[in-house]
Amino acid sequence: MNFGRFFLRVYAIWQFIRRFFREVFLPPYEYKEIINQFFQVGIRSLSIITLTGFITGVVFTKQSRSSLSEFGAASWLPSLIAIALIRALAPLVTALIIAGKVGSNIGAELGSMKVTEQIDAMEVSSTNPFKFLVASRILATTAIVPVLAIYMGFVGLMGAYLNVHHNEQTSFTSFFQSAFMKITFLDVWVLLLKSAVYGFTIGVAGCFNGYNADQGTVGVGRAANTAVVVSMFLIFIEEMIIVQLVNYFKHGG
Amino acid sequence: MEANTVISIRGLKKAFGNLQVLKGVDLDVYHGENLVVLGRSGSGKSVLIKIIAGLLTPDAGSVSVLGRDITRLDTKELQTLRTRIGFSFQNSALYDGMNVRANLEFPLVRNKRHLSHSQIDAAIAKVLDDVGLSQTLYQMPSELSGGQRKRIGIARTLILQPEIMLYDEPTAGLDPVTSVEINDLINEVQERYHTSSVIITHDLTCAKATGDRLVMLSEGQFLRQGSFEEVFDTDDPRVKNFYNYNFIAGS
Repeated sequence: MNFGRFFLRVYAIWQFIRRFFREVFLPPYEYKEIINQFFQVGIRSLSIITLTGFITGVVFTKQSRSSLSEFGAASWLPSLIAIALIRALAPLVTALIIAGKVGSNIGAELGSMKVTEQIDAMEVSSTNPFKFLVASRILATTAIVPVLAIYMGFVGLMGAYLNVHHNEQTSFTSFFQSAFMKITFLDVWVLLLKSAVYGFTIGVAGCFNGYNADQGTVGVGRAANTAVVVSMFLIFIEEMIIVQLVNYFKHGG
Repeated sequence: MEANTVISIRGLKKAFGNLQVLKGVDLDVYHGENLVVLGRSGSGKSVLIKIIAGLLTPDAGSVSVLGRDITRLDTKELQTLRTRIGFSFQNSALYDGMNVRANLEFPLVRNKRHLSHSQIDAAIAKVLDDVGLSQTLYQMPSELSGGQRKRIGIARTLILQPEIMLYDEPTAGLDPVTSVEINDLINEVQERYHTSSVIITHDLTCAKATGDRLVMLSEGQFLRQGSFEEVFDTDDPRVKNFYNYNFIAGS
């Protein structure tokens, strides 16, 4: 892709995002479709988030134990796991899973609707397809990813607790007291904020690529693939920027 | 624009990149008539009706539909006008994720919000009956044949009781028997709903069966217009070739 085309695409994405903010607040509101998308993004991702969160908690605990034990600091395990999960792992892993599962689905679904003229059909039946298809999906991913990230953090801590309890016979209360000792409200707010940013990114990447798909079935495949690759790439960039900003505000640079 | 003209097009031009698809088209569609636009693939027929429906924006010219110049309407005005226009897509464009009932309900609940459940049920039952597919109410589009999909696509447009019907290649991809059924349905729709129609096709059988008047589009310009016989009573090689190739393909 040459620079000219790259900047044209960036401009098109900017226009797409502006249109989202313009249309999402204007009536009529597609309540039914928004709730449907909450269900599609949230409930249908619960099982994979549960499994991944639990395994992340267990594996991270097992891998960290030996290093901490060398310094006689095995009692710090709950705090370490909680910090790692809440500050980084839960939002990041949740976003990457949702990008793969939901982002590709949105790209393929809208792409397929575009190339089979279903989006045109919506438009000629006096329905605003952008509001119905795009706004509802971006809203859903933006709202649900933070909820799933919190859930993954909790499930990850449960996995860690089971492992710690098995090895060190730590009680449930003392594990969680120790885990939350180093967690502040700021950490939770940052988790929610960055998860919402990741969710928004996943929604925009999926919808933009699907909504602008062309060239038949090849275009549908490309839309799904690009949605995942672009959103994963942007999530890592955003993670880096947010960490820098939070550290700046926390420690003054 | 004459009193009985429902669509009036003047000097319509449209290009995609360097490809000039429509090169200054003038066209009138009169109230109650079935106008067939004939032409080879790539002659600009589909672009023409997509401009009439407001799905594409012309580069130059005016397009007046039911007295409103669609190139000057804002989004809300265009949406209001579209409730009076039905569009039957070449591949039906049924919503894959919805069953037949939901497909039919979709435009209705969005444009006639005051309707009760029983009125919606009655409207769905009526259009399904009109297209002869009452038994498919809870079937998914993937479970329907090509002809059934076309019929449901037409039913979905009829549910808003449009004044103008736009058909994009209504018989494309159908076997001859099903094509005849679709042609009959187009004529029935004209009679029952008193619609004015623009039928885009390259199928001469469809053109002859459904058209009150035909215009032939070639390389972005209209070559001839009139009745079926008048259009093909010429020595113009472009028209002759189109007729002969269609005849060979049909036979």
